[in-house]
Parts: sequence; structure tokens; C-alpha cells
Amino acid sequence: MKKKIRLRINGKKVEAEVATSRLLIDFLRYDQGLTGTKEGCSVGVCGACTVLMDGEMVSSCLALAVFADGHEITTVEGLAKDGELHPVQKSFIKYGGFQCGICTPGQVVAAKALLDEIPKPNEEQIKEWMMGNLCRCTGYYKIIESIQKAHQFAK
Amino acid sequence: MIAFEYRTPKSLKEVYADLREFGTDAKLIAGGTALVIMMKQRLVRPSCLISLRAVRGLNNIAQKDGGLKIGGLATHREVEISSLVRRRTALLAETYRHVATIRVRNMATVGGGLAHADPNQDPPPTLIALGATVKASSADGSRVIPIEEFFTDYYETVLKPEEIITEIYVPKLPAGSGGAFLKFLPRTADDYATVSAAAVVTLDRSKKTFADVRIALGSVGTTPIRAREAEAVLRGQPVKPEALREAAEKAKAAVDPISDFRGSSAYKKEMAGVFVRRALEKAVAGLTARKAKAKTSRPAPRRRRR
Repeated sequence: MKKKIRLRINGKKVEAEVATSRLLIDFLRYDQGLTGTKEGCSVGVCGACTVLMDGEMVSSCLALAVFADGHEITTVEGLAKDGELHPVQKSFIKYGGFQCGICTPGQVVAAKALLDEIPKPNEEQIKEWMMGNLCRCTGYYKIIESIQKAHQFAK
Repeated sequence: MIAFEYRTPKSLKEVYADLREFGTDAKLIAGGTALVIMMKQRLVRPSCLISLRAVRGLNNIAQKDGGLKIGGLATHREVEISSLVRRRTALLAETYRHVATIRVRNMATVGGGLAHADPNQDPPPTLIALGATVKASSADGSRVIPIEEFFTDYYETVLKPEEIITEIYVPKLPAGSGGAFLKFLPRTADDYATVSAAAVVTLDRSKKTFADVRIALGSVGTTPIRAREAEAVLRGQPVKPEALREAAEKAKAAVDPISDFRGSSAYKKEMAGVFVRRALEKAVAGLTARKAKAKTSRPAPRRRRR
């Protein structure tokens, strides 16, 4: 069964007809071609599929595409503005906040949501916020450092 | 997932109409964090999802008769960061903070969590210890159910197919009351508990005798469990370590955990006693010590747009 949805993705108006059983992550990746968002665990634990709905973090593997009807979705593709990377992206590059990269889009989107609420978070705040973003490579130190220093790149 | 119809009622009246039309073939969905997984795994195959996401006026958190009323569609995160909840019943905000991760708490609703009725959840033991009630509504009216009578079995509740949880009420505690919720997490911070325990104690004026005690546990049976016999050995008794140890022994006798990857049945039983004792100690310490300043390094509350 299909349903028509209207939403904004990274600031752009989108109208689409989706199967009611379409997951938000599959809608973004396969219907919209936004493959930056990754699927890891498929059960809302690993954080790789993190996107923002109206500015708040959600697991796109647990949300139906129809949930996004009438809402604003932000994916990793929507962070850079006019070809310039978001401060948190610059910071991840400068301070080496990733290794293999599979968890990175989720990490970056989650970190963006944190910085929107707390521009200069301390280590405790970062650890609590980022708890649901798993990384098997870095041991997290570089991710925490990248988030802590992201404010340096803010205009 | 198999195909299903998706309804988006805007009011309770429309929800009731959709429920009448589809009967037990329909499932209500709010945050979806539990149901979507069960549908992906084909454990549940509804022919219709009735979304509560567009129903207005069911996510308020407000004072009522000195206690707190929480709309069934309030998210876990909204309870966690509500300044009213933190001020009035900090234990409740603290308990909801323990659930999974922020991205799950942003979606999962209070009513949805209770209706899901997984005995490993965090909020039920605390809600039982606080003496909360659940308001279930249908086209025929509403009824109020004490939360300790709400859960009947693994994923089973007393809710009828045509009922929906519209409100949770947490009564005001008597003067001299305090509580604690402890979650034993030997694996990761976002895991379900190996064992969880909530205790709410009321001391008399001298602060040396238990006037009242309520104890409940999670992850130790097919439902959350209230440890009434453990409460009984403390009520009216002086606050002494031996009494707490005796209560802990009674709590062990009240539970019936299963063995799984979070621990053997025997180990969980032992830990149930340990965590009940610690929860009681923490609740008492919070009342007898001069109020220590709670450190709050958490993000400022922000309301969700709907």
C-alpha cells in the first residue's frame, strides 16, 4: 500500500509516493539517492543511520518513511553549506575523528545536533550524547576531541 | 515487512473509529522504536497501523492534584528533560534518562513503552514504586488502572484491543519521602538491565523509622515485580542495616529471572537482592543526609515541535 508524503530533505521540498512499509533509511538511500546515511545494526543501537527530524536525532532504520510526512529531515549531505563543510566535519578531518568511516556520517550528524544545543560541550556531555553512536576503530578519543574542538571552525 | 494500511487520525475520536474498523488486525503506533523492529522480524503482522503521531493534546506534562500527569504521547526524552518532572519527581526524570539512547528517547512515548510491556524496561519499576496509575481510554469511556496491575505477562497487559493509554498519573509523595532507581549494567550503558530495582521510602519525623516503603524490580520475571514481602519487613521498623538486608532476602524470594546472555537465573536472583538493598540505602541516604547539590551537566531542555 502506498502513501503520498510531503517533506523537506536538507532544505529541499520533496513529494513522493512511498510504500507504507518503506523505512526512512531505505527511502533516503534508495529513493532519494542519499547514500551518506548508513545502515549498521538495523535495530536502533549503533547510530550509523542517525538523521535529524525537525532538528532531533532519530534512527532512520526504526522510523517509517511516512513518519517524515510534514517534517524536515537533515542528513549528512545537508551539513555542508555552499560547498563549505560544516565546522564539525572540518574538525573530524583536522583531528582525525574517523578511521574506516562507516560510522562517521552518523557520528557527524549526532555531533551536529549536540553542538546546536551546546556549542562547547564538555567531555561528559559529549559522552552521554554520543553514547548511541558505536565505532569499532577509533576507541572514541579522536571523536570526542573532534567534537570538543569543532567550535574553532565556527564562524 | 508485509504491506499494511497506514491511518493518521487527528483526534481520539478518529482513533476510536479506526480501531472499530480494523479491530485486532490493527496496531497503534507512536514512536515505533519497538513495534517497527517486531514488524521487521515479522513477529507482528498488522494489516493496519493506526498512527498516533498526529493526535494532538496527548503529550502534555502538568501538575494535577499535587501530583504529575503525563500524556500518553509524551516522549521519554520529554519526561527526562521536563523541568517540572525534575523539580517534582526527580526520580522519574532520572529513570527515563536510563532508557536506551537519546535517539530512542526522542521517539519512544511513555504510553507506547508501557503498552509494549517488555519486562526489561526501566520505567515500570519506578512507576510501581511511585504508585502511578494508567488511564486507558476507548470509545466507551476511560478507566484508571494501578500500574502494578497493568502488566500480566511477557508483552501482555490488561489493555483491551480498543483501548489506548491517554495518561499516566504519578501521585504526590508524602513528606519525608525519597526514592532511588538502580540499573545493573555489566555490559553497555544503553543495554537493558541485567536487574533493575526501584525503591521509594517514607521515613517518619524522627527519620529513624520506615513509615512506608515500596519496592519494585525489572528484568527478573515475565512482568515487573513488586516485592511486597520485602516492603512488609521494613514498614514500621527502625532504619537499620540488618533490616535492609532482610528486605533484600525477601526481594530475592519474590523474583523469578530467566537465564540469558545477561546472566544466569541464580546470578540475577542474587543481584536482585543486592540492588534492592543498594536502592533502599540510596533512598534513605537521600533523606537523612543534608540535601547534596545535584550536579546537572546535562543539555538544557528543549521542546519538540509537533
